[in-house]
Amino acid sequence: MSTLLESTVIESTQPGGTPRGPRRPRGGIRGGESASGWLFTAPTILLLGLFLLVPILMALWVSVSDWSGNGSPFSAGVHFVGAQNFGSVLSGGGLTEENFGISLKNNLWYVILVVPAQTVVALFLAVMVNRQILKGRGFFRTAFYFPSVTSSVAITVLWLFLFSQSGAINNVLSWLGVNGPNWFQEPSGIVQDALAGLGIRQGPSALTGGGFLGVSWWDWIGGPSVAMTALIFMAIFTTSGTFMLLFIAALQNLSGEVQEAAMVDGASGWQRFRFITLPQLRPTLFTVLTLGLIGGWQIFDQIYTGTQGGPAKTTTVPAYLSYTSAFHDQNWGQGAAIGFILFVIIIVFTILQRFALRDRAVSKRRMRLYTIETGGRR
Amino acid sequence: MSVAVKAGSPAELKQVVYKHREKLTRKQLATRSLLYAVLLIIAVIYVYPFLIEIFTSFKTESDATADPIGLIPTTWTTAAYQQLFVNSDFPVWFKNSAIVTVFVTTGRVFFDSLAGYALARIHFRGRGFVFAAVVAVMAVPSVVLLIPKFLVLNTIGLYDSYAGMILPILVDAAGVFIMKGFFESIPASVEEQARIDGAGTFRLFWSVVLPMARPALITIIILSFQGSWNELSQFIISSQSPNLTTLTKGVASLASGQVGSANRYPLKLAAALLMTIPVAAMFFIFQSKILNTSDGAVKE
Repeated sequence: MSTLLESTVIESTQPGGTPRGPRRPRGGIRGGESASGWLFTAPTILLLGLFLLVPILMALWVSVSDWSGNGSPFSAGVHFVGAQNFGSVLSGGGLTEENFGISLKNNLWYVILVVPAQTVVALFLAVMVNRQILKGRGFFRTAFYFPSVTSSVAITVLWLFLFSQSGAINNVLSWLGVNGPNWFQEPSGIVQDALAGLGIRQGPSALTGGGFLGVSWWDWIGGPSVAMTALIFMAIFTTSGTFMLLFIAALQNLSGEVQEAAMVDGASGWQRFRFITLPQLRPTLFTVLTLGLIGGWQIFDQIYTGTQGGPAKTTTVPAYLSYTSAFHDQNWGQGAAIGFILFVIIIVFTILQRFALRDRAVSKRRMRLYTIETGGRR
Repeated sequence: MSVAVKAGSPAELKQVVYKHREKLTRKQLATRSLLYAVLLIIAVIYVYPFLIEIFTSFKTESDATADPIGLIPTTWTTAAYQQLFVNSDFPVWFKNSAIVTVFVTTGRVFFDSLAGYALARIHFRGRGFVFAAVVAVMAVPSVVLLIPKFLVLNTIGLYDSYAGMILPILVDAAGVFIMKGFFESIPASVEEQARIDGAGTFRLFWSVVLPMARPALITIIILSFQGSWNELSQFIISSQSPNLTTLTKGVASLASGQVGSANRYPLKLAAALLMTIPVAAMFFIFQSKILNTSDGAVKE
């Protein structure tokens, strides 16, 4: 991969107006370039190395050690325990495995529901707001983007109030004759709730008997808890604005000619969107899905601020579990191990995404790199 | 209609399109009203929660519980704000957030542009490797680094200090990337001239190139300001003393109810509102730049 990147660098510097090759003998008016090059990048290399590379190496060691948080992890009393920490997280039938299974199940449902929903909402808002005829576009863009600016802590505080037992959401629901739940205290899964509504309260033994990571299949398909659902709504609320901006940028780069031709041919608005706009938006769509996936597995602030994993562990996620294992329970090895497993999960999802992008890999990657500016804003 | 199109001079074609439009006018009007209605409803959904936040912070606690959706308080009170400023550490939190944000934003503007410039313009051995490393770093998700960062800070003795809170986020790979992209987009001729006039590389960077990079620097400022003001996890793992608590950490502790038994919603919402104001101000100042996405700083 690194060679690929290097070649891209060289290729992309050449049209930038520097005709020289990358390697040049020193001396002349370009004397000492090598030194200043390293000097200019030194702070970045030093800080990223010290707070990214070194930490990862240290955590790798901790994840295969029995360090308990006292003294230095490199002191004599700390032993190498092999894959034991990974083992107790991924198998072993203990509480550790079950906790990890539950957190994985919670996060998986979160990702499954948030990613498509935020993408659809963002695309919908972008298409609506991008219409030339629309008056007050500035107002609407501001309104939809504003939640993306605020901190996750502030939004979570607001959400706790809106979704409280006698809060605004339940107030609105009561107008519709619905008796709203006590959102953040309700641990039942929404799929199981729906099935219970149909009279199915007990899962078939095929599902309750077996399981994975200490969680029965019946619970895996049980859906996110009501509490987690409130957090899902929050994620859609706060991220759709950011992704809307990405879609608007892409929409503005589309040529209007194809649209006009289709209009002349009598294509309806929906047909034009489905068969002309949407295919052209494919690269952006993939960007948004990838960023959404990566972001979805990183939910932490909201849990730390709002639910602390409760009720009944239904909002624990791997990132939060990793944090509590280490900082609260002093199981540093397990905490670090969970962190690395989460890392692998995120990488696997990213690679799957790249795999889906493979037909136009270079151009899309470059495109993605240039859209990071807006993507990373939140 | 297809017949008319086949007949085909451009003038005829235009006429067809025109007629087509005329026929649709009534339908279009209906569609347009529907569009506005839908957008307005969604806008209310996006804006109203913040209005609730503002107005509830001026309510009494019982009023907030009794009427969680209405805006106007039955009795206006600033009790929540008095409580925050007089009887809590809120001013300390605010100060800490401000300190961290100022340092991180300044640091990122300087270091990101230095590195970005070197990677875009200075020819040195190992440049490709450094750039590849920066890209690789961008791929590491930050939540995975919580424990690792704590380990390093603890080992080198920076845990529970401003330095420990600031240094790990003083440079960001994404910012380096944005600056590199920008420097590549500006013509090299200006630098060549200055070089011939005998300017050193740093001088060239500082007084010739950097002033030209204003749009990209504004992007970095916006991103860094928002990023460090809203940062939570980095401060959780780098400090524990109450003197070093930032707004995000402090308000999170308020929210999880460690302070009192009552629900204290007006207090919490007042805190959330106050911590939103600086980023909101930043957003409204640079609004046109942020929202006008067709005119980004990172255009090639």
